Amino acid sequence: MHGEKPVSEPESLFDKLWKSHLVKAQTDSTPAVIYIDLHLVHEVTSPQGFDLLRAKGIGVRRPGRTLATLDHSTPTLPPDAEGRRPYYTSQARRQVQTLRDNCREFGIQLHDWDSPSRGIVHVMGPELGATQPGMTIVCGDSHTSTHGAFGALAFGIGTTEVGHVLAKQCLLQTKPKSMRIKLEGKLADGVTAKDMALNIIRYLGMNGGTGYVIEYAGKAVRALDMEGRMTLCNLTIEAGARAGMIAPDQTTIDYLRGRPMAPQGADFERAAEKWLQLASDAGADFDSEITLDASLMRPAITYGTDPGMSVAIGEPVPQAATHSQAKALRYMGFSGGQSMQERQVDVVFVGSCTNGRISDLRAAANVLQGRQVAPHVQMLVVPGSESVRKQAESEGLHATILAAGAEWRLPGCSMCLAMNGDLVPAGSTAVSTSNRNFEGRQGAGSRTLLASPETAAACAVLGRVGSVADLEPAREAG
Amino acid sequence: MEAFKKLTGPILVLEQENIDTDQIIPARFLTATDFDGIGDHLFADWRLDADGNPVPGHVLNEARARRSQILVAGHNFGCGSSREHAPHALLGFGFRVVISSQIADIFRNNSQNVGLLPVVLEADQHARLLEMDGEEICVDLEQCEVSVRDADGSEQSWPFSIDPFARHCLLRGLDRFDFLNQAEDAIVAYEKNL
Repeated sequence: MHGEKPVSEPESLFDKLWKSHLVKAQTDSTPAVIYIDLHLVHEVTSPQGFDLLRAKGIGVRRPGRTLATLDHSTPTLPPDAEGRRPYYTSQARRQVQTLRDNCREFGIQLHDWDSPSRGIVHVMGPELGATQPGMTIVCGDSHTSTHGAFGALAFGIGTTEVGHVLAKQCLLQTKPKSMRIKLEGKLADGVTAKDMALNIIRYLGMNGGTGYVIEYAGKAVRALDMEGRMTLCNLTIEAGARAGMIAPDQTTIDYLRGRPMAPQGADFERAAEKWLQLASDAGADFDSEITLDASLMRPAITYGTDPGMSVAIGEPVPQAATHSQAKALRYMGFSGGQSMQERQVDVVFVGSCTNGRISDLRAAANVLQGRQVAPHVQMLVVPGSESVRKQAESEGLHATILAAGAEWRLPGCSMCLAMNGDLVPAGSTAVSTSNRNFEGRQGAGSRTLLASPETAAACAVLGRVGSVADLEPAREAG
Repeated sequence: MEAFKKLTGPILVLEQENIDTDQIIPARFLTATDFDGIGDHLFADWRLDADGNPVPGHVLNEARARRSQILVAGHNFGCGSSREHAPHALLGFGFRVVISSQIADIFRNNSQNVGLLPVVLEADQHARLLEMDGEEICVDLEQCEVSVRDADGSEQSWPFSIDPFARHCLLRGLDRFDFLNQAEDAIVAYEKNL
């Protein structure tokens, strides 16, 4: 109508980020070119990306937007008297050296062994304040979805694309579909973000998110602290969606204020004001919308070989309905209808980009306080970063963990994917706070049950599958 | 990247659903700094025992496995990690095409980037292929169709859709980087406003 201002279409958080990062729009025959604000790099998926630069005779376009760390292939045991780190293989040592050489050659900041910030890439980025709302963030790692907790568009890429981003700071992308999952109600006491995520993946299935970017919304999401939000977004890839995201709010801003790589002073307040504008507009359109009642969710544990195969603790193992489910149960040594509480636990792993942050270690230590890990259980507690380690040690959490008979290790991905030699033996059952229970994920023949840090610590004490509710009261501190 | 236009040959079937990238290439083989020889570790934990010897009777250890260039796998193939080692391992082993009724996003993207053709078929067509282990089919990227022969000798063709740009690059063996490189002016303009 003449004289009236055009009313802009309501947009989702995802739409806003997609649009503001378009270097070239998508056409019927070509993908969009999108700009990448932050490129996180680690030793495993980057070497061949740097090779692309050498092959083309070019440098890294924006070294200042590229941040590297050592995490996957790094040992979690300390160096020997001569300072030699106990790498699992000489190839692992060489891979770490390759990243070091590449970062030096191309002028990229690397958080090496001597950095007080070194850590798992998805723990370190947020801690430093490198991860910020409104950014596009990529890394050659599927759990890059973690950073979406800040209202960033963050997803994992392959090594060819790592090369593309190093060279051009851009990616070729086709716009994914959008899904909003509203979590209404309030989580019951003792139910964590990890349990929430496992419940969602059980509902969606491990491929229910394929082709989508998921925005999490609703009261139960707003009530999560940033570490809980990171756990939730981290596990989004386990439902097949490349990215999970949560609109920035006061919780986000409070977390970022004062972080070294975040804007400082008045710049921060200006940025924060902009960040709050990123939330999805009322009436924004999604290709799919789901509402779940968080108050009905219970602590969860997986029984199969994908993260969608979980039950509430106390529920029996479900009957296999398909050939693939039957194969999963056979691999895990479970039969349909069996109580999970009968299963002896051999290894407990607390750590990873999913649950290796300070709140996770506090939760595990809180359960271990005044209790002992069962004699037959090996329990590893691996902080997600050097900052987490220092914080935990300043709070005395490591003392509680060691006194309970668990091991306190150096930061890294460790037993989550077991490529550094921290292995679950074949046939053994591990309760892990990590993200994948695939066959052999924690070592050839390993059997993984995924759970929260609270549940994992309870299982370590019980020596079998169980929950915090099954524990005897703790011994009073003397 | 090697061009792909059309391929006729026998299929190899792995009917398991949700085959993840940890199965395709276990993490312990990711410490190399290149992709050379990675095909030897494809499905290592399924096909090889703890000493690295072939598990007798496993389909991937049959002589035809190395000759087959078309893998037909159960629903939701390639889920899990972003490791590009997975499509490289499949290519290194000898596969050029992977067919399923669903293929995970990152794996599909990586495959297209390195020259492995991902094909997604309708559930009934896919189910039919799962029953045809060892039989010959034709995958035609120019026509975007998969052709199979019925018992009576008549041919049936099933269309599939693929991202048009991925198809364009695969048909010609083009490196997608060159297209990105052509966007240089637009990138410079975008960066001016940062």
